[in-house]
Amino acid sequence: MMIEAVSLEHAFGPRRALKGVSFGVEEGEIFGVVGPDGAGKTTLVRALTGVLRPKGGTVRLLGSLSPEGAREQVGVIPQAFTLYGDLTVWENIRLYGAMYGADPVEAERRGREILTFTNLLPFGDRLADALSGGMKRKLAVAAGLLHSPRVFILDEPTTGVDPVSRREIWGLLYQLNRAGLTIFVTTPYMDEAELCTRAAFLHEGSVMACDTPKALCESYPWQILELSVPLRDVRPHLAGVPLREVLAFGTAFHLVVEDAASAEAAVRETLGRQNVPVRSLRRVPPTLEDVFVELAGRAA
Amino acid sequence: MDAVVTRGLTRRFGRFTAVDGVSFSIPEGSVFGFLGPNGSGKTTTIRMLTGILEPSDGTAEILGTDLVAGREKVRENLGYMSQKFSLYDDLTVRENLDFYAGLFNLPPALARERAEEVVEMAGLSGRTRDLAGSLSGGIRQRLALGCAILHRPKLLFLDEPTSGVDPRSRRRFWDIIYGLAAGGTTVMVTTHFMDEAEHCDAIGFMYDGRLIASGTPADLKALLPGSAWEIPSEDPIGLLEQLRGTEGLIESAVHGRSVHLLAETAGERVFESIGARRIVPSLEDVFVHLVTKEREARAA
Repeated sequence: MMIEAVSLEHAFGPRRALKGVSFGVEEGEIFGVVGPDGAGKTTLVRALTGVLRPKGGTVRLLGSLSPEGAREQVGVIPQAFTLYGDLTVWENIRLYGAMYGADPVEAERRGREILTFTNLLPFGDRLADALSGGMKRKLAVAAGLLHSPRVFILDEPTTGVDPVSRREIWGLLYQLNRAGLTIFVTTPYMDEAELCTRAAFLHEGSVMACDTPKALCESYPWQILELSVPLRDVRPHLAGVPLREVLAFGTAFHLVVEDAASAEAAVRETLGRQNVPVRSLRRVPPTLEDVFVELAGRAA
Repeated sequence: MDAVVTRGLTRRFGRFTAVDGVSFSIPEGSVFGFLGPNGSGKTTTIRMLTGILEPSDGTAEILGTDLVAGREKVRENLGYMSQKFSLYDDLTVRENLDFYAGLFNLPPALARERAEEVVEMAGLSGRTRDLAGSLSGGIRQRLALGCAILHRPKLLFLDEPTSGVDPRSRRRFWDIIYGLAAGGTTVMVTTHFMDEAEHCDAIGFMYDGRLIASGTPADLKALLPGSAWEIPSEDPIGLLEQLRGTEGLIESAVHGRSVHLLAETAGERVFESIGARRIVPSLEDVFVHLVTKEREARAA
């Protein structure tokens, strides 16, 4: 087991930030923790990396109970990763390489490799302060990899970056993972959870579910009809149709139903009667977002 | 009439240009989604429009009045919910509402009436004696919104209102926003969750301080070249690599457990034969395309 958390508890004053969080990350996984701001993701990362001593429970990193014991084999990118703004990209790489005790020649080679992959190499002589948000984040990721860790822990590496940089960062994580790196990553974006080997949903300090994306979706108890209509809110038009829930999903609506076939007929009939044009209506497999909405509802 | 008109709005901090010549308008009673990564200038723009920051250049009209000259005149018609929510954690829900009613100079009887309305709208019934600090993300957010609209502003600015809330509460929040707009309030709202903005009347995309595109969601989708397709995959990042260089492929990107791609007519057959399905592109697809183009233009 690369990371093992058992019954982690933490509180800030009366506010319980972690409520008995347990999970294990196996070698070779991309393990994702998904949840909104305030769910406890950062507290969890701090507890895992020894920055914060949890009020209860234990953490083992690579089998070691002390974070110091595993330090050389773990790379950590906290959310507020400090780059030196008045140093260039290359100077930051060399500085972090030295701080992590990486061999200078190896750090240079690895730095070049990562900067090439992240399209940062042409900006090697630019001051870190003059990089865009997405580039800064990629440089931070690069800095955490210079000592060739076995486990890489990243706290929200993609929050608030542009959609292309977001994908570049995931492309990098995926490549590193294929090369053998175990990855623990937190994110508020549900679509990124779909890319993990396993994902844990964190909701107000508790793990609501933890499994492969496929198994999580298969565990979803209802069926989903995806409805596209040229309306902002279709709910008033669906009164009388037995639906568990109507959720806006991008341009479409997800109708949560017990039986897709009979619900589809009822929806078509009801909307037809009101002359609401149906662009499309079909059964779709649940996404992780559907699963999380369901779990958040159960918790409430 | 337009509730907001900006012309070449610019804000510099020292040598850094945070907002660079931004021009757009928002018709009264509509919802304008202001999208872009962190650091792209969204918050700075809103701070200028709410009178917190002076523009370095350019002009803006708010509710028909010049931004700088008429500031005092329009202030009482503006509502603003900042990223930090500005709630008093050691006051109860009720006390927070009373406090804001006082700030807006509402007479006591009216203040009580509005507070009742807000409690109802935000689903805070039964919670009015709870300390704001003890509320979960979704409820805090609705209270913050309630405080920002107690004085019934004509124009409401919401800066990342949904960043701290679970996916279920996010949907509920948007229902409230559309309800306000249906009642005549103009809303300008920022978010970095693209899917949330699909139902906005108009969208502006910010990137590195510039407004790189604006229009209705349909207008923006029409900017995409070729046709849009989706291929579901258990290994979308791997599939993306396999597709690279395929004839007729204009662009491709990972979206959860699928690849979205833009295809020329020549390539459509090939993609169809490997399980691609025609889709209505999402705003995320549009933003990926615009950022890719923007980057290519800069590299050239």
